[in-house]
Amino acid sequence: MGTTQSGIHRGRLTPAEYETNFSDLHPRLDDHEALVAADRCYFCHDAPCMTACPTSIDIPLFIRQISTGNPIGSAKTIFDQNILGGMCARVCPTETLCEQACVRNTAEHRPVEIGRLQRYATDVAISENQHFYERAARTGKAIAVVGAGPAGLACAHRLAMAGHDVVIFEAREKAGGLNEYGIATYKAVDDFAQREVDYVLAIGGIEVKNGLKLGRDFTLADLTANFDAVFLGMGLSGVNALGAEGENLPGVYDAVDFIAELRQATDKATVPVGRRVVVIGGGMTAIDAAVQTKLLGAEEVTICYRRGKEHMNASPFEQDLAASKGVMIRHWLQPKRVIARDGQVAGIEMEYTEIQDGRLVGTGETGVLTADQIFKAIGQTFEAAGLGALALSGNRIAIDSEGRTSVANVWAGGDCVKAGEDLTVTSVAQGRDAADSINRMLAAGAQPAAAVA
Amino acid sequence: MADLRNNFVGIKSPNPFWLASAPPTDKAYNVERAFKAGWGGVVWKTLGEEGPPVVNVNGPRYGAIWGADRRLLGLNNIELITDRDLYTNLREMKQVKMNWPDRALIASIMVPCEEESWKAILPLVEETGADGIELNFGCPHGMSERGMGAAVGQVPEYIEMVVRWCKQYTRMPVITKLTPNITDIRKPARAAKAGGTDAVSLINTINSIVSVDLDSFAPNPTVGGKGTHGGYCGPAVKPIALNMVAEIARDPETYGLPISGIGGVTTWRDAAEFLVLGAGNVQVCTAAMTYGFKIVQEMITGLSDWMDAKGHRSLDDICGRAVPNVTDWQYLNLNYIAKAHIDQDACIKCGRCHIACEDTSHQAITQFVDGVRHFEVMEDECVGCNLCVNVCPVENCITMVGLEPGTLDQRTGKTVDPNYANWTTHPNNPMARQAAE
Ligand SMILES: Cc1cc2nc3c(=O)[nH]c(=O)nc-3n(C[C@H](O)[C@H](O)[C@H](O)COP(=O)(O)OP(=O)(O)OC[C@H]3O[C@@H](n4cnc5c(N)ncnc54)[C@H](O)[C@@H]3O)c2cc1C
Ligand SMILES: Cc1cc2nc3c(=O)[nH]c(=O)nc-3n(C[C@H](O)[C@H](O)[C@H](O)COP(=O)(O)O)c2cc1C
Ligand code: SF4
Ligand code: SF4
Ligand code: SF4
Repeated sequence: MGTTQSGIHRGRLTPAEYETNFSDLHPRLDDHEALVAADRCYFCHDAPCMTACPTSIDIPLFIRQISTGNPIGSAKTIFDQNILGGMCARVCPTETLCEQACVRNTAEHRPVEIGRLQRYATDVAISENQHFYERAARTGKAIAVVGAGPAGLACAHRLAMAGHDVVIFEAREKAGGLNEYGIATYKAVDDFAQREVDYVLAIGGIEVKNGLKLGRDFTLADLTANFDAVFLGMGLSGVNALGAEGENLPGVYDAVDFIAELRQATDKATVPVGRRVVVIGGGMTAIDAAVQTKLLGAEEVTICYRRGKEHMNASPFEQDLAASKGVMIRHWLQPKRVIARDGQVAGIEMEYTEIQDGRLVGTGETGVLTADQIFKAIGQTFEAAGLGALALSGNRIAIDSEGRTSVANVWAGGDCVKAGEDLTVTSVAQGRDAADSINRMLAAGAQPAAAVA
Repeated sequence: MADLRNNFVGIKSPNPFWLASAPPTDKAYNVERAFKAGWGGVVWKTLGEEGPPVVNVNGPRYGAIWGADRRLLGLNNIELITDRDLYTNLREMKQVKMNWPDRALIASIMVPCEEESWKAILPLVEETGADGIELNFGCPHGMSERGMGAAVGQVPEYIEMVVRWCKQYTRMPVITKLTPNITDIRKPARAAKAGGTDAVSLINTINSIVSVDLDSFAPNPTVGGKGTHGGYCGPAVKPIALNMVAEIARDPETYGLPISGIGGVTTWRDAAEFLVLGAGNVQVCTAAMTYGFKIVQEMITGLSDWMDAKGHRSLDDICGRAVPNVTDWQYLNLNYIAKAHIDQDACIKCGRCHIACEDTSHQAITQFVDGVRHFEVMEDECVGCNLCVNVCPVENCITMVGLEPGTLDQRTGKTVDPNYANWTTHPNNPMARQAAE
C-alpha cells in the first residue's frame, strides 16, 4: 500500500514501521542517566521551577533524592503534590512550565531535565508497586465525582485519603479521561494510562461506575440529594464547528475522535489515514493529530492556523516536534469551503487572514489545498446537560478560588472550568485543591455557602 | 616558552612533574609508558627488604568519594609496598634508567628500623644508577603495624636516626617522605633536617575510612566482610597538603629545605600552587591512576602557558613566591574591609547565596526587591565573609570588593582606616601589647 495511494486507507506501513513510529517519545532514563541529569540541579532556594509547576511539586527535593540514590523517596515527594505525577512527567509541556523557569536556562540555555527525572522516579515507584498513602479512618461521608479524568482522579484520591467514600461516575468505558483517550500515543505507551489509574485507585474507597453519564442517566440534583458533596470534572466534550461550507462531508473528521480511536486501537495498522491530510487548528490537538497521521503513513500533512506562529497554543517544542516528523505548518490561513469530488473530500479552500484594528479578518485572497482527509482541531467546548441552575462563565462552569460552584456542596475543576491552561497538570491541581476545600467544609461541618451567586 | 627544567637537590628532570611512589611506578612496563607520555621523573614503588615480598589483599584495595557526575574527588587505598621481588625491581630500575638517562628515577625504600637493614639495601639501590632515594615514612596501614612507614614517621627521633644512617651509607641524595598523620608537621620535618636529609616530600596518604557499606555494615573497601582504614589521596587532600608544605616552607627551622610537593595534584594549577608555596617540584599519583599518564600533558602545557602569560621564565621565578604571604591569623590586617558584590548580569537567580547568608550567616542578601526575585547584597549587613561567593554556582558572579580607605563601612558606620592593624594590638585582645606611640 505505502504512503502514495490516494484516498483514506488503513495499513499504509509495515508492522515494523508502526512499531517504531508509535514507540516511547522520551524513554525512561536509566539509573546512570538519571544520576547525571540529577547532578545538574542546584537545589535552588524557593526554586523558580517549583513556582512554575501548577501542582507545586518540590522539584529540588525530589531531584536531590534521586541523586542520593533514593528514587522511592523522590516519587513520594512528587505524589504528595501530584498523584498523577507519572502522566504529568510524560505529557506536561515542561518547556513552558518548570523547565522554562529553571535557572540553568539562564546559565547555559539548557534546563535540568525535570520532566524526565520525574518520570524516572515515578516509574521506579509504580513498577515496584510502592504505595505511599493509606486511608484515614472512615468518615461515613459520601462524595460523588463526575468524570474520571485527571481532575476527577486527583480529587477522588485526596478525598479517599481523608477517609470519605467516593463514587466516580464516568460516561466512557474506561477511566482516565484524555489520558486514556486524548494524549498522543507516543507519550503514553504500554497502557500507562490504565496502569496509573489502577495505581491511583489502589488506595481504596473509590468506586468507578463506568457508562453512566450526567444529563443522560442522572442529574446534578440527584447527586446533591444523595451525596455530601459533588465534584464535577467532565472536561470538554463538544467540538467547535469550522463554520465552513461542506464540513459534514465524508472525509472531514473531528481530531479528538480520531486521536481517541488511534489510542484505543491495539493494532495501529487498522486506523485509516489519508494521503494528503490538512489539519485545521493551532493547539496541542492539531499538532498531535498532524504528527500521528504522518506516523500512520500520510504522505503530506499540513497544519493550517489562522493566526501567526507566535499565537499558536502549541509550544515551540511541539511545533518543532511536528516539523521534525515532516509536518508542514502554515499560518494566517482560515478555512472557507471544503471541496468535494464524487461526494468525498478532495480539498479545502483557504483564505488568507490578517489583523486589522486588533481583529482577525480574511483578506479575500484564497487558495486551494488538495486533501483527501481533513481534521478539525479548533478547540473543544463545554457541553453538558442535567446541571440545573449551575452558573456558567465564559461557557464553562463558574468557580471561586477554592473550586466552589454556584450550587451548594458542588465543586468543579479541570477543563470544564475556566481557570488556568487546559492541561493535565492544571486539572490535577484543581481536582486536588477542590478535594482539600471539600475536606475543610466537611471537617468544619459548617453550613456551606454557595460561592458564585 | 617558559623553561620547565627542574633541578631538585641536584636531580635533573625535563619538567617538575614526577610520578609518586605508587602503583603507576611499580614496574618497568608502567614507568616506560609514563616516560613516553612525558613525565619528568618517577619515584619507584617502595622497595622492601630482600626475601619473600609482602603480599597484598586479594580483594578490593580502593574506595572513593565522588563529586557531580562521578568525578573522582578522593581515593582511599589499602595497598602495601611493592609485592614483587627486590632483585626484579632493581634489575628493571637499572634498565629503565639506562633507557631514559634524562629522566629522574628515585628509589623509594622502606625496611625495618634497624641500621643493618638500611646498610644492606642502600648499596644495592645505588648500583642501579638511581638518582636518589626517598624514605617512605608514610604508609599508614599494614606496614605501620609492622613498625615501619608511618610508625617511624610519627616519631621524630626515629626519623632523624634513619636519615642519619642513610646519609652515612650512601652518596645518593636523600628525600624524606613525611606522613600527614601527625599533629604538627614541622616536628618530623625538623627531625629529618637534623638527620641531614637533602629534602622532604609530602604528603603521603591520610588515615581514612572512605565509606561504609550500609548493607553489610562494614567499611569500604570490604574484604570478606571486614574493612580497615586506608590511605586517603586525590583532589580532596590537596588543601591539607598545601598547608603542610607551607608550614615547612615558612618555619624558620626548616626554611630553605627543599620540598617535593605531593597530594591531590590533578591539574597544572594545583602544581603551580604547590610550587609557589615552596615546593621545588611535585609528585602525582591519583590523577594518573584516574586518567592515565597522558594527564601530564595538560599539566606541562598549562604550567608553561601560564608562566608565559605572566612573564615567568623559569621555575626559579615562581618557586616559593607565595611563602612570604602566608602568615598567622593574628597578623592579618583587621582594617581591611571587603563587601560581597553580585554581578546582576551573571546572576541566574538560584537563590543559594541568599539562603546561605540568611540561614547560616549574616542576613545580608535580599531575595525580593519591590516584589521581584532579586539578589543583592545589603552592605550595611555584609561582614565580607565570602560564603556566598563559595556557594554561588556561577563563576565570578559574586566578587569581594575591598573598600577604599577613607570610605564609609555602612555596617559599622566607621570610615575605613588606611593603616594596618592586627589582633596583637587590638583593644579587645586581653594580651594586646601596647601599640607603639
Ligand atoms: C488531543 C489532546 C492532546 C492533549 N495533550 C496534552 C498534553 O500533551 N499535555 C497536557 O498537559 N495536556 C494535554 N491535553 C489536555 C489535557 O488532556 C486536559 O487538559 C486534561 O485531560 C483535562 O482533564 P479533565 O479531568 O478536566 O478532563 P478529561 O481528561 O477530559 O476527563 C473528563 C472525563 O469526564 C468524562 N465525562 C465527560 N462528560 C461526562 C458526563 N456528562 N458524565 C460523566 N462523565 C463525563 C469523560 O469521559 C472523561 O473521562 C490534551 C488534550 C487533547 C484533546
Ligand atoms: C594505591 C596506592 C599505593 C601507594 N603506595 C605507596 C608506596 O608504596 N610508597 C609511598 O611512598 N607512597 C605510596 N602511596 C602514596 C602516594 O605516593 C602519594 O603520596 C599519595 O597518593 C598522595 O598523592 P596523590 O594525591 O597525587 O595521589 C600510594 C598511594 C596509592 C593510591
Ligand atoms: S530551577 Fe533548575 S536548578 Fe533550580 S531547583 Fe529547579 S530544576 Fe534545580
Ligand atoms: S560575604 Fe558573607 S555576610 Fe556578606 S553577603 Fe556574602 S555570605 Fe553574607
Ligand atoms: S548564588 Fe549566584 S547565581 Fe545564585 S542567586 Fe546568588 S548571585 Fe545569583
